[in-house]
Amino acid sequence: MRGARRAREFEAFVAGAAGRLLHAATLLTAEPTDANPRARQLLTASLAHTYASWDRLRGEDPYDCARRELALRYARGAWHRGGPPPDGPLAHLKARERLVLVLRLFEGVGEEQVAALLGLPQERVGALHARAMALVLHPPRGPAPDGPAMSGAAP
Amino acid sequence: MSLQERKEAAVRAVFDRAPRPVVPPGLCAEAMRRGERTLRRRRTARRVLWCVLLAAVAAFTVWAAVARPWEEPPARTTPPLTGW
Repeated sequence: MRGARRAREFEAFVAGAAGRLLHAATLLTAEPTDANPRARQLLTASLAHTYASWDRLRGEDPYDCARRELALRYARGAWHRGGPPPDGPLAHLKARERLVLVLRLFEGVGEEQVAALLGLPQERVGALHARAMALVLHPPRGPAPDGPAMSGAAP
Repeated sequence: MSLQERKEAAVRAVFDRAPRPVVPPGLCAEAMRRGERTLRRRRTARRVLWCVLLAAVAAFTVWAAVARPWEEPPARTTPPLTGW
């Protein structure tokens, strides 16, 4: 039965991947580790998409599929407007800077692939990456700005 | 180690220091439930499309059998009567 096999394989995949993906999602939404409802929603939606495409992956890594969906859903922007003030190491960053930094350094995705995924020129990804690293290593003083708008990071 | 690499290592260390969130127990089941719903919707949409296609083919076949559009229509005027 295809459905039963899909369910079994998917459960095994989630058991191995959900922890890391939730960590990435929580870094992106900049929520406290123990109160991260937005990151959980983001992850649930991405995993649901992965489950629905499971039979059509044809050798593609389901982790890549889930990560891509997570990044695109976050980039689409319903996840970083409003909500509690940002927390965690990426609190001072804008949405696009967080996305580039998490994909490049937390997930180890190459600059070229990040550029293709986000539809940005590679130099722009490099610039966002450099700025994001500088902000993490030397955070500005004062409270983090709330609601980092995606448009604020646009050129 | 270049400056860039040192910076990257420092940021990775920041990530490693951040506490890891705990995956809530119901998350996998919820994702499966939603994914199953998406699959069901896709299946329904596919079925509806097939039904529409089959109905269109059947309707065309019946119309063609009745109207016989490939046949020449019968003449509407009587040919003139000559040589009588």
